[in-house]
Amino acid sequence: MRMIANVLRSLGHRAVDGVWRLGFIARFLAMVLLYSGQSFRRVHLTIREIYFSGVLSLLIILVSGLFVGLVLGLQGYETLQRYGSSEALGVLVALSLTRELGPVVAALLFASRAGSAVTAEIGLMKTTEQLTAMDMMAVNPIARVVAPRFWGGVISMPLLAALFSAMGVFGGWLIGVPFIGVDDGAFWSQMQAAVDFRYDILNGVIKSVVFGVAVSLIAVFEGFDCVPTAEGVSRAITRTVVSSALAILALDFVLTSFMFRG
Amino acid sequence: MPPSTSDSLVSLRNVRFAYGEREILRGIDLEIPRGKVVAIMGGSGCGKTTLLRLIGGQIQASSGEVRVADKVLKNLPKSDLYALRRRMGMLFQFGALFTDMSVFDNVAFPMREHTNLDETLIRDLVLMKLDAVGLRGAYKLMPAELSGGMARRVALARSVALDPMLIMYDEPFAGLDPISLGIIGQLIRRLNDALGASSIMVTHDVSESLEIVDHVCFVSEGRIVAQGTPAQIRESRDPFVHQFVHAEADGPVPFHYPAAPIAEDLLGAEERR
Amino acid sequence: MNRTTLDLWVGFFVAIGIAALLFLALKVGNLSAGSFANNYAVEASFDNIGGLKPRAPVKSAGVVVGRVASIDFDPQSYRAKVELAIDSRYAFPSDTIATILTSGLLGEQYVGLEAGGDEKMLKAGDTIRITQSAVVLEKLISQFLFDKAAEAPAAK
Repeated sequence: MRMIANVLRSLGHRAVDGVWRLGFIARFLAMVLLYSGQSFRRVHLTIREIYFSGVLSLLIILVSGLFVGLVLGLQGYETLQRYGSSEALGVLVALSLTRELGPVVAALLFASRAGSAVTAEIGLMKTTEQLTAMDMMAVNPIARVVAPRFWGGVISMPLLAALFSAMGVFGGWLIGVPFIGVDDGAFWSQMQAAVDFRYDILNGVIKSVVFGVAVSLIAVFEGFDCVPTAEGVSRAITRTVVSSALAILALDFVLTSFMFRG
Repeated sequence: MPPSTSDSLVSLRNVRFAYGEREILRGIDLEIPRGKVVAIMGGSGCGKTTLLRLIGGQIQASSGEVRVADKVLKNLPKSDLYALRRRMGMLFQFGALFTDMSVFDNVAFPMREHTNLDETLIRDLVLMKLDAVGLRGAYKLMPAELSGGMARRVALARSVALDPMLIMYDEPFAGLDPISLGIIGQLIRRLNDALGASSIMVTHDVSESLEIVDHVCFVSEGRIVAQGTPAQIRESRDPFVHQFVHAEADGPVPFHYPAAPIAEDLLGAEERR
Repeated sequence: MNRTTLDLWVGFFVAIGIAALLFLALKVGNLSAGSFANNYAVEASFDNIGGLKPRAPVKSAGVVVGRVASIDFDPQSYRAKVELAIDSRYAFPSDTIATILTSGLLGEQYVGLEAGGDEKMLKAGDTIRITQSAVVLEKLISQFLFDKAAEAPAAK
């Protein structure tokens, strides 16, 4: 009896805690948006963050995109040639990249490369009282530290996803055309006939923007909210990566079910 | 500076503060006169730092009144609070320098944020501030390259960058070697007099602070238990002050955390087994 | 890192990011092949559309001239009502025949237009009168078997 009561109590506690946290994160987003004006007026702050989250993620995104494309090319050809339609390799590679793999895998990589770095940075600033010091110097840390990092991520994400997809298509082409010998013209023309700009590519870009907002918000929030100790920061980093991954996959399901119902 | 109506820059009247259930401050009355250096002393965890955060407006008193420069901090709009904070400087326990900026940029930070001065003027001002703490030659270094005492001095230069009327120090002597400690102590006094500011220093370093301050307050269990000039404090018969100044292990502040008598604890454990 | 080199890197990053987007739009997608910004809609009803999907191509002489905009079921005539969006660059006579075809044996289905000889051209909102339904493979096979079965006793 007592055990059941305890379980129920801890469950209720967790639920209330979750809702409370959700409310807090929503209020935090509102604050970030509210103070974004100040950070936009000084563009170089955001440019700096695009450098840290975008440019520094470039290598991992390009290399991973290439490898994903190569694998897709090999696996796709393996399956398609059984049905004698290996010319459709381009379609397979391009559609799976632009609709799903590009935005999702790029966002997962982005969360673990840039998101964790942002959490670590903000968490460390909190632990060493830099955020408090800033606040005491009458400089709002949300406007000066959080908002630029948030926008840096939001701007970088769709560009990285596009680069990932483009690199992947190139990888698929590399396997398909020069290596296996699929007809070059058929590869591109079938792809172009099947991939629709608005339906496939634009929806993919929309996905990556949504993921960018989610990952950046989680990253800055976890950093800002962390327990200001070394242990607290390392936990916050773990939470950033885990909750980003969950958020990306869950949002992907929701978006996909809205976008590709036909 | 606006005309003042009282000679106290900061005044606290019957201030209480609690973190949840735990009451930290239980009715503090404190006046910080203009132009003076005041030390607030007490054991670890007695609410000294909380006191500074109240004066800086980072937290609000549960009851009572905190006034800084004749403004009541309770429910002060954020813009007014920020206007007030521009005239305050605060030195944090470990400096809190921005780790991604050089020494120069750290000191220039408040100037760049709050003034429209052009870069050449800012450069001159920053070098002057750094010169005052003796680190003009180190302006290119990053905070990671500084020793603890140097970082503290750079942070000091940063907190006086905008020539504040009030400077707060949170444990300025913690973790410093005797030489750095002496340097920081002298700087606190010199900067206060040069700027015509007032200083509040939270510390538990008795000997060093008694050398440089004008007034000392002892805080214990959320109340001010004794205060006076350094001379008075040295002469004090108050058992708490005596214990603190002479660093005795046991006294009004007990050595033991409250517990049942040891015999009971040990025997009790035996019985349970 | 000083500010100008940082700006340079960010500029480079944004530039190649946009280039990747353009590559996706133009080379991978069919934006350049025309997603038919200017088009007109005509209707056609079929007895059976087979596996035709919205956004399937509309081809004439093998050239993509439009796309299937929507597919509806008409409860009065019990036929499928298909709306075709055709590129305004191409005009078709009003007695054009619409057929549902399959590219290859297992390929996707599309609408084929075969131009007639009428002088009047199809306008937006017009209906294509002559249509030919999709060839349903199962029907074809069962019919073939049925014919064979009917032939067999006669041959004896």
